[in-house]
Amino acid sequence: MTAMTKTATDKRKTAAVPDYHEQVVELGRETVGQVRCAEPFMVAEKVNVHYGDNHAIRDVTLEIGKKEVVALIGPSGCGKSTFLRCLNRMNDSIESARVSGNITLDGTDIYSKEQDPVALRARVGMVFQKPNPFPKSIYDNVAYGPRIHGLAGDRAELDTIVHSSLERAGLLKEVKDRLDEPGTSLSGGQQQRLCIARTIAVNPEVILMDEPCSALDPIATARIEDLMDELCEDYAIVIVTHSMQQAARVSRRVAYFHLGYLVEVDDTDKVFTNPQHKLTEDYITGRIG
Amino acid sequence: MQSTTLILLLGLLAVGAFYFGRDRSLSLVGGPGKGRALHSLPGYYGYFVAIWVVLPALALLFVWILLEPKVVAALVVDGLPESYRSISAGELNLLVNNIRNLASGDVVSVAVDNDLRRAAALFNDYSGMSRVLLTVLVISLATLGGVLAWRNIRPELRARNRVEAVIRWGLIAASSIAVLTTIGIVMSVLFEALRFFQMVPWSEFLFGTTWSPQTAIRADQVGSSGSFGAVPLFAGTLLITAIAMSVSVPIGLMTAIYLAEYATSRVRGIAKPLLEILAGIPTVVYGFFAALTVAPWVRRVGESAGFEVASESALAAGLVMGIMIIPLVSSLADDAINAVPTSIRDGALGLGSTRSETMTKVIFPAALPGIVGGILLAVSRAIGETMIVVMAAGLAANLTANPFDAVTTVTVQIVTLLVGDQEFDSAKTLAAFALGLMLFVVTLCLNIIGIYVVRKYREQYD
Amino acid sequence: MGAKRTRERTTLQKVEAGLKRRRRKELIFKLSGEIATGVGILFLVLFFAILLNKGSSAFQQTYLQLDIEFSAEVIAPGGQLDLQYADFDGIVRAALQKELPEISGRSERRELYRLASVGAAYQVHDVIAENPGLLGTTQSIWVPASADVDMLVKGNIDAAVDEALRTLSDQQIDWINRLDEAGRLDLKFNSALFSNGDSREPELAGIKGAMMGSFFMLAVTIALSFPIGVAAAIYLEEFAPRNSWSDLVEVNINNLAAVPSIVFGLLGLAVFINWMALPRSAPLVGGLVLTLLTLPVIIIASRAAIKAVPPSIRQAALGLGASKTQVVFHHVLPLAMPGMLTGAIIGMSRALGESAPLLMIGMIAFVVDVPGSFTDPSTALPVQIYLWADSPERAFAERTSAAIIVLLAFLLLMNLAAVIIRRRMERKW
Repeated sequence: MTAMTKTATDKRKTAAVPDYHEQVVELGRETVGQVRCAEPFMVAEKVNVHYGDNHAIRDVTLEIGKKEVVALIGPSGCGKSTFLRCLNRMNDSIESARVSGNITLDGTDIYSKEQDPVALRARVGMVFQKPNPFPKSIYDNVAYGPRIHGLAGDRAELDTIVHSSLERAGLLKEVKDRLDEPGTSLSGGQQQRLCIARTIAVNPEVILMDEPCSALDPIATARIEDLMDELCEDYAIVIVTHSMQQAARVSRRVAYFHLGYLVEVDDTDKVFTNPQHKLTEDYITGRIG
Repeated sequence: MQSTTLILLLGLLAVGAFYFGRDRSLSLVGGPGKGRALHSLPGYYGYFVAIWVVLPALALLFVWILLEPKVVAALVVDGLPESYRSISAGELNLLVNNIRNLASGDVVSVAVDNDLRRAAALFNDYSGMSRVLLTVLVISLATLGGVLAWRNIRPELRARNRVEAVIRWGLIAASSIAVLTTIGIVMSVLFEALRFFQMVPWSEFLFGTTWSPQTAIRADQVGSSGSFGAVPLFAGTLLITAIAMSVSVPIGLMTAIYLAEYATSRVRGIAKPLLEILAGIPTVVYGFFAALTVAPWVRRVGESAGFEVASESALAAGLVMGIMIIPLVSSLADDAINAVPTSIRDGALGLGSTRSETMTKVIFPAALPGIVGGILLAVSRAIGETMIVVMAAGLAANLTANPFDAVTTVTVQIVTLLVGDQEFDSAKTLAAFALGLMLFVVTLCLNIIGIYVVRKYREQYD
Repeated sequence: MGAKRTRERTTLQKVEAGLKRRRRKELIFKLSGEIATGVGILFLVLFFAILLNKGSSAFQQTYLQLDIEFSAEVIAPGGQLDLQYADFDGIVRAALQKELPEISGRSERRELYRLASVGAAYQVHDVIAENPGLLGTTQSIWVPASADVDMLVKGNIDAAVDEALRTLSDQQIDWINRLDEAGRLDLKFNSALFSNGDSREPELAGIKGAMMGSFFMLAVTIALSFPIGVAAAIYLEEFAPRNSWSDLVEVNINNLAAVPSIVFGLLGLAVFINWMALPRSAPLVGGLVLTLLTLPVIIIASRAAIKAVPPSIRQAALGLGASKTQVVFHHVLPLAMPGMLTGAIIGMSRALGESAPLLMIGMIAFVVDVPGSFTDPSTALPVQIYLWADSPERAFAERTSAAIIVLLAFLLLMNLAAVIIRRRMERKW
C-alpha cells in the first residue's frame, strides 16, 4: 500500500472493509451448510447482481422449500435485500441493475423471456420494510390486486376475497366496520397487516418480506410474527430481518449474507447454536454490527 | 448637481466616514493594539459613522426627488397670469407638461406664447434653485450626521449592535417590497377601475355583451358613449384558455409520466433540458410563430376540411399557447408525481401491477391534488398570457364558442386600449384598468388556491 | 392439498388470461407517453428549423456597386463642403442612371431610382465626410440596395407571378438581372442590422437601438433586484419570526411570481409614469417594472440556496461567538452565492424576454436613435420583434426572425452561464 499518498479516508476504506472481504475469500467462497432442501420450490443458482460497477450479489445459490420460512440475515449492505428483490424481479425497475444466473419457480425460469414479471409478481408477493398502504380505502387496498389481475368475477366474489384476506391477516375484526376509511388512517402495525392482507389477496405461492417489522413497535411485531407462523402453512416465506431473535423465532432455515456472498445456510437452530463459519459466528455474537 | 453625482459623492463621504470612525474608536483606547478595550471591532465604529452620513442624507434626497416636480409645478402655476387659474385639472396637467417640455427644449403640443415662455423660464429658475438647495442640504445633512456620530463614539458604545440593527431593518425593508408591490398593484388598478365604474356602471361592464370602446373624439358624434360590456372578452379569454389547456394538460401530463416512469436516464437527460428551452422561449417569439406559421396553417387545414376559418382564429392562438404551457404543466406534474413516495409505487409493482396500472390506479390518484393545483397555476398563466394573443388573436369582440372564429381577450384589450396616444381620464383608458382589475383578481384566486393546494399536498408526504 | 392445488391453478390461469390485454394497454400507455414527449420536442425542432430558415438570410443584405461621382458642384457649391444640404440623393440617382443609360422617361426613371435604398445617400455622405479628399473624383462604392431588390436576390419575390401581385415591375426585374450580370449586385454581411436603430426602410432597420434599450433596462433591473432579492431572502430565511406576517409575505411572493406580467405593466403605468411623473418610454422605468417582476424569482431562488446551506455551519459559527448577522454575512451568504447568482441570471433571462409590461409604459415607440442613457426614449429587443412582426413587408418578416435568433442567442448564453456557475460551484454536503 502506498500509504504516503493516500488520504485518511482512503486508508480507512482500504483498512477496514476489505479485511472482511479477504476473510470471506480466505475462508472459502463456497457456502457453508445446506443450500439444498428436501422439497425445493424456488431455486436460485449462481445468482450475480451488479448495480453499475458495484457487484452486489456474488454467486449465490439457495433453495427455498415449499411452505418453508427462510430468514436472510447479515449486516447492512450485505445484499440480502437485493437478493430478495431478485426473487420477484423487483430489480427490473432499477435501470443500472443487471441480474445473471438462474432462478426458477416451480421449475420455470423466472428470468426467461417468456416470463412476464407481472404474472410472476402475482405468484411471488412482497411485503415491504415500511408499511405502504395505497392512499385509498382499506377495502380498495385489499381489492387492488384481485382487481388488476381479474381474479374476481363479480362484486360478491371480490367481497369474499377481501374479507377472507383481512381475516387471514388477522385484521378483519379491527376494521370490519370501517372498510371505507383510508388505509393510511390505521396504526403502523395495522397498516403492515393490511399490506400483508393485500399481498395474500392475490393468492401468491411465495411471500417475500423485506424487514417487515423494522418500523413497528414490539407488540405489533409480535402480532406479525404470529401471523407468519400461520401463513407458513400455506406459503413459502422468505424474510429479510435485522433481528436475530426474529429470525430464530419465525424461520426454519437461516441464510447469512456478507458483502454479497452467501456465507452460511442451515437449519435455524444449527446456525444459532453452532455456526460453522467464522463470520457467521462473529455476526451472531455481535462482533460484526 | 445631478442626483447620481450626489449619490456618488455620498458614497465617497461614507468611505471617508468609515475610516474616521474606525480611527477615532482606536485612538480613544490608545492605539491599534488596544482594540480589545472596545465593545465592538473597530470596523463597526466605522460603519456606524458611515451609516449616519449616508442614511439621513439619502432619505432627504429621495423625498426631495419625489416632491420636487410637484412643488415646482405648483410654484410655476402660481406664477401664471389670472386667465389660467380657471382651467380644469386635466388641462392644467397638459399645460404643466408643455411648460416642462418647453423648458427642456422638447417638442411642445401647443402654440408657444409669451406666457408659456415666461413660465418655462420660471420653471428652469425654480429647478435650478431646487438643485442647488438640494445639494447644499444633502451635503450638510451628511456632514452633520457624520460629526454627531463621530462625537458619539465611546469605547463602551455598542457599535456592532447598532450597525446590525440597521442591517436588519434594511433586510425587513427589502422583504416588504414584495408586499408593497402587491399593494401597489391593487391600488393602481383599483383606483382607476373605480373611476371607470363611475362612468360606466359595473353591471354593464360585467354582464354587457357588446364591447366597442372606441369612444368618439367629439362629444356630439354618434355613439360617443362607447360600449363596455366585457362578456365577449371573458368568453374569448376562456375559449383560448380552454383550447390551450386541452393541448397542454394531456401532453404535459403524459410527458411528465413518461419521463418519470418509462424514460431511461439518458432520454430524461436529453428531454428535460429541451423542455426547459421550450419554457424559456419568450412569449413574443411564440406570438410571432402563432401569427406567421400556425394561423395560416390552421386556416388552410380548416378550410380544406370545409370549415370557415378566420385568419386570426382562436384555435391558432390557443394551440400555440398550449404548446407554451406544456413545460409548465409537465414540470408541476413531475413534482407532484415525484412527491408520491417510492414505497407506494413499489407496493403496487410488487403486487404485479404493470407500470401503467401503477401510474393510473395508484400514483396518479395519489398525486391528483398536486396535479390539480399545478393545473390551476397553468390556467392562471394562460389567462394572463398577453403577447401570443396580441399577435395571433384578433381585436374583434365576438361572443362565440367556435374555435375557428376570431375572438379577443382581456389582455389584448388592455394592450390595445393603453398603447398609442391616450387621453387620461377617458372611459377608454380607464376601462383597461378595470380589465386589469378583473385579470388580477381572477389570477390571484387561481394562484392562491393553486399554491395552497400544492403546498398542502406536499406537506402530506413530507 | 388437492383443493389447494386447483385453486392455485385457477389463480394463475386467471392472471394469465388477462395478461395479453394488460400488455396491450401498457404498450398504448407507454406509446402515448412517448408521443407526448415527442410532440414537445418536435415543436422545438420545427420551431428552430423554421426560424433559421426564415431568419438566417437577414444576416446578409444585397449591396449595389455604383460609380459615385463626388462632384464638387453638388457637394461643395461655394468651394466649401456642404454636407448638410448637398443633394446626395441626386448623386446616387446620377450613378444609377449611368449604369443603365438607355432608360429615359420620368416614370421609368423613378422606377429605376427605387432600386437603391434611401440609405445609399447617407452612405455617400459618410464616405465624403470621412475622406474629403475624394472631392471631384469618381469612386466605385457598395451602397445598400432597396429591400425589394434584396428580396428578389434572396428569392423571396417570384418573378413568375403576375406583375400586379409583386412589388417589382417586369422591367425593374430586367434591370436588376442586368445589374447582376454586370457584377454590380452582391450579398454582403448585413452590418446595418447590428449598427442601426429602427427604420421604416427594412434594409436600414437594425436592432442596435433595441439591444441598447434592453441593456440599460437589464442594468437597472440587476442593480436593484439582486441586492433587494438577496436581502429579502436573507431576512425571510434567517431572521423572520415564523408568524402570520412572514406567512403573508411568503404567500405574497409566490403569488407575485404567478401574476400576469401585463399587470406589472399597469402598475408601472399608474405608479411610475402617472404618479411619479417619470419619463415614458425610458429604460429606467422599464428597468423598475422588470425589477418588480423578477424580484419574486430571485427571492425564491435565493431562499432555496440559503436553505441548502447546512445548519451545522451556522451552529459552528454561532458556537465560536459570532453574532447572527456575522454568521449570515460571513458564512451563509458566500456559500449560497452560486445558487443566488443562478437565480439572478434566470430572473434576468426572464426579464430580457419580457415584452407585455413594456408595452404599457410606452416602450413601444418607433425609435430611430440609439439610446445613450437611462432616460432616452427607447424600445427593447422583444418589443422590437413585436413591432417588426406587425409590419407587412416581407423584408421585415426576415429581420424579425433574425432579431429572434439574436434574442434567443442571448438567452441561451445567459442560461449556459447559469448552468456553468451551477456546475462549477456546486457543493455536495
